[in-house]
Amino acid sequence: MTSLVGKSPLSLSRIAIHVVLIAACLLYLVPLVVMLLTSFKSPEDISTGNLLSWPTVITAIGWVKAWATVDGYFWNSIKITIPAVLISTAIGALNGYVLSMWRFRGSQLFFGLLLFGCFLPFQTVLLPASFTLGKMGLASTTTGLVFVHIVYGLAFTTLFFRNYYVSIPDALVKAARLDGAGFFTIFGKIILPMSTPIVMVCLIWQFTQIWNDFLFGVVFSSGDSQPITVALNNLVNTSTGVKEYNVDMAAAMIAGLPTLLVYIVAGKYFVRGLTAGAVKG
Amino acid sequence: MATLELRNVNKTYGASLPDTLKNIELQIKDGEFLILVGPSGCGKSTLMNCIAGLENISGGAILIDGVDVSGTSPKDRDIAMVFQSYALYPTMSVKENIEFGLKIRKMPQSAIDEEVARVAKLLQIEHLLNRKPGQLSGGQQQRVAMGRALARRPKIYLFDEPLSNLDAKLRVEMRTEMKLMHQRLKTTTVYVTHDQIEAMTLGDKVAVMKDGIVQQFGTPKEIYNNPANLFVASFIGSPPMNFIPLRLQRKDGRLVALLDSGQARCELPMSMSDAGLEDREVILGLRPEQILLASADTAGLPTIRAEVQVTEPTGPDTLVFVDLNQSKVCCRLAPDVAPQVGESLNLQFDPSKVLLFDAKSGERLGVLGATAGKPQPTERVGNVTQINRN
Repeated sequence: MTSLVGKSPLSLSRIAIHVVLIAACLLYLVPLVVMLLTSFKSPEDISTGNLLSWPTVITAIGWVKAWATVDGYFWNSIKITIPAVLISTAIGALNGYVLSMWRFRGSQLFFGLLLFGCFLPFQTVLLPASFTLGKMGLASTTTGLVFVHIVYGLAFTTLFFRNYYVSIPDALVKAARLDGAGFFTIFGKIILPMSTPIVMVCLIWQFTQIWNDFLFGVVFSSGDSQPITVALNNLVNTSTGVKEYNVDMAAAMIAGLPTLLVYIVAGKYFVRGLTAGAVKG
Repeated sequence: MATLELRNVNKTYGASLPDTLKNIELQIKDGEFLILVGPSGCGKSTLMNCIAGLENISGGAILIDGVDVSGTSPKDRDIAMVFQSYALYPTMSVKENIEFGLKIRKMPQSAIDEEVARVAKLLQIEHLLNRKPGQLSGGQQQRVAMGRALARRPKIYLFDEPLSNLDAKLRVEMRTEMKLMHQRLKTTTVYVTHDQIEAMTLGDKVAVMKDGIVQQFGTPKEIYNNPANLFVASFIGSPPMNFIPLRLQRKDGRLVALLDSGQARCELPMSMSDAGLEDREVILGLRPEQILLASADTAGLPTIRAEVQVTEPTGPDTLVFVDLNQSKVCCRLAPDVAPQVGESLNLQFDPSKVLLFDAKSGERLGVLGATAGKPQPTERVGNVTQINRN
């Protein structure tokens, strides 16, 4: 690899590659830069300057105002996301364990049907889900929203874990059974400790999905129980008064920060986990 | 320490599928070493899983110490197993791997420590106890896997091709070590392999399997000297037994097998009961080491002159290939006999060592010639190595 790159650092093709890459980076970064700049601008700067102009005064007033508006909804999102992520990951792990290592008659069919869940658009389940929540007495509650996210997420988490566990040799389970371990002991003592990469993938995936969800949030919650995505929408779409772009941008960034943080903390596991199942041995 | 008995064990994965195991009848005594050997797909691993309780049997009974365990779960059978892939728990250290089964059985920690120390010493893995399986070489992992089985002091050990992932040199070393271990511990053992040398060297009893059926069950010596059919005869022995298809003919009132090397002919007289054998398609089975180079000591034996087609010096022997009745026949001669290709040799056969198989069913019909009166050549120069090995 180094031999290809190292010899003539200034060749035309290398310069071309770098130019293209830098251009691509800039293109990707423009929205972020605009958001950051705008969020720190004063309302005057916004009304006079254009989108890319540098702020004359840097002020955090947009951030303060944004936080004051979305504060409660941010915690709503946390209260919805964390249990939904943990529970759907836990059940997915157990499902994957059963579907790969304790196969039963029809388990392949069961898994196949479960996969349909991955292809179902959100919109198709809205009515049945709201009907079910109504019957369960969970309509317009945080618990109800958590429940919907868990059920909808199971298809994905099960798929992740099942595909990861398929590559673990059966002999491990057999050996543990001969050692006298039961279903849950094998899972807890042997399988789960091997699962760190896929647990991370699952956590990141589910966190991103649930935190960023808007549709379920807007349909299955109301008023004070709404998640931050819905609150952000309400904030941005207010039709009265002057548009406060600095507040909008700051609020959008607040809404996006947790997922960014999760990627930074656990991101290295993500790629590792996604490729772990691909190679046997 | 236990006896193991399989009574008419059957296993099928569905009514429409062929049976995986058919009417398996095996019995081994306390402390015996049973080998299940056969080509891949013969059901030997399935049978082992059934003994372990990892798979249910569809019919029959498995008895350990005379108690039917066919309905019980693996953990209640008091069996330990060593897997081909070793199946060490990757997140646990060697010590934790060995302890795992003991902890689950709620053994007090002091006793566990004692047991781990004993096993580690026995297998010389004391210095590895704190390592993870991923940090061990194949041979070391193999020892740990054995350690895990030994620690529980089970009634029966099961070994599922434990040596097949090792390189050739290590495999031979571990084979000897395994035999030593068994001589020392005297625990009833079932050992699955597809390697006929392991089968011959390790086993007290060998069950040769094919297509879910036990083709023959006996001591290694019986299996080698008196294979029940063509399959067993060809599977056991390296280089394999020579098979020469021919038709028995009547000459001077008795049946003979006529061999033809292209330049000479030779009649092997038959002394077994010849009822119904005349003109029948049969196959002569002849071990390579039982074809001798003619010498003064073996003057009485039928002799044929044949041209050498290929020679393969292996070190301890020279394998010489000649054509008899248009079949390639391998002769295992002493290394100092090094004929050139194209040279002709005088080869001899002891009819009492020549086996006769039915060409259609493959079943052994018997031994071609009688043993009585024939001098057993034991001090020939030509085959000293072979005699020493036996």
